[in-house]
Amino acid sequence: MTNNPHISVQHLNVSIGNHEILKDISINIPDKKVISIIGPSGCGKTTLLKSFNRLLDDTPDVKVTGKVVVDGEDIYDPKAEVTHIRKKMGLLSQRPYPLPMSIYDNVAYGPRLHGSPKKAELDQLVELQLKATGLWNEVKDRLHAPASRLSIGQQQRLCLARGLAVEPEIILGDESTSALDPVSTSIIEDLFIHLKQKYTIVLVTHILRQARRVSDYIIFVYMGKIIEFGPTEELLLNPQKELTKEYVKGFIS
Amino acid sequence: MIRRKLEENFFRVLMLLSIIIVSGSFFLIVGTIFYKGVPFMNWDMITKIPGGGFYIGKEGGVLNAIIGSLYIAGGATVLGLFISSPVAIYINMYLGSRNIIANSLRIAFDVLFGIPSIVYGAFGFLIMVYFGIKASLLGGILAVTLLVIPILVRTLDEVIITVPKELRDASLALGATRWEMSKVVLRQIRPGIFTAILLSFGRAIGDVASVLFTAGFSDNIPTSLHQPAATLPLAIFFQLGSPVEEVQGRAYASALILTIVVLIITVLSSLLAKRFSKNKIQ
Repeated sequence: MTNNPHISVQHLNVSIGNHEILKDISINIPDKKVISIIGPSGCGKTTLLKSFNRLLDDTPDVKVTGKVVVDGEDIYDPKAEVTHIRKKMGLLSQRPYPLPMSIYDNVAYGPRLHGSPKKAELDQLVELQLKATGLWNEVKDRLHAPASRLSIGQQQRLCLARGLAVEPEIILGDESTSALDPVSTSIIEDLFIHLKQKYTIVLVTHILRQARRVSDYIIFVYMGKIIEFGPTEELLLNPQKELTKEYVKGFIS
Repeated sequence: MIRRKLEENFFRVLMLLSIIIVSGSFFLIVGTIFYKGVPFMNWDMITKIPGGGFYIGKEGGVLNAIIGSLYIAGGATVLGLFISSPVAIYINMYLGSRNIIANSLRIAFDVLFGIPSIVYGAFGFLIMVYFGIKASLLGGILAVTLLVIPILVRTLDEVIITVPKELRDASLALGATRWEMSKVVLRQIRPGIFTAILLSFGRAIGDVASVLFTAGFSDNIPTSLHQPAATLPLAIFFQLGSPVEEVQGRAYASALILTIVVLIITVLSSLLAKRFSKNKIQ
């Protein structure tokens, strides 16, 4: 698909207890593109996403085998530093969860974790990221107000700004617009399209139209397996596999 | 239709009845304390220590017991918080929700929660004998700390459980270590921490049995950890046992003081909880 994959998944198996969630997943995620993971509920798409930044570690009874190579480094290597891996990935969850602090401190949180930036640097960084997510004009007069006072759409953009502030290479979105109204959704989608110039973006979505609007490639997952992976238009309009055909049928008709 | 309506009304009346019983007994208790205590309330009661002949009805007050109680309840709550918050953080943030050690610890603390305070008093007394500590402020604080630790651990535990997993993930995803994530969780539960403190302080200040052997009793205000200290519940107990009417009345006045102290702490902590919840994520 591409000669320079950003994330390379090799024979990844994930099980929780006795339940196999992902079975022998191998895929190369291309650099600086938007990739959507689609599939029915419970097929393992969120698990696949969370395996990229090792957020699965926190799940009880989870067992992971295989490799996930990011920038040439296997993140499941016992010697790998988990905070370093996660710093490379910004996560945007289903519902926005700003941290229980001010708008400013939310964006400054990551940079403060990974270093001790000076006040002037932080001010600049916060402004930069809030501008990148189109929030600056809405919040510049109340940077020190609690983040919880923002609207839910603004909160999601704040969460994106917070993630961008740690200077990740990859953005992971887990149905990031499912709690948002249509206007906020389209703002976030536009941001994704804009941000792919600098970042590799992997999104989990169950909205095929959204996948078509924003992504360059689509991965179709079914029952813990990757059924098909290909360029968006090709996969949606001319699927090769029977299962994919079934799944996207509703979209075409 | 009629059956459903009857059922609805029946249970509503039952609930109202319970509310009346509960609030009725509350007002009856507070009313009795006020009725019997107010005539014996005066400035001396809260500004003076017992004078000579206080226990046969002469001059003095219970300042020694007020201060002693505040020292012991405050000391035990602070000490207890230092011991129990790491426990609550560890079992939640480091061990995970289905961990067998975490759940065994929860059961253990539930059992400790239910142990009568006299047992803590007796245990504290044994430890004091072992280390050669006499009945003192220190002994009282240690015994009451044992008493409040299970309350603090379980309350903090319950509060931490309510924090959405996504909030923890959000901080981890930014590259936070577990301890850094825990700090975010602690910020989120700040109002709950005040509830825990309030519960612990309320239990600590009202308990007699745990301080009976361990804190001793003194008519003076302790000036060091090694001096015995009076407590309000014990002061009430001693005065109530007196045949002198004046002294009995002062027992009720002391009970009034204890109630007011608890009231002040309650109001204070709920105000603080509100103040610290402005950043809380809903």
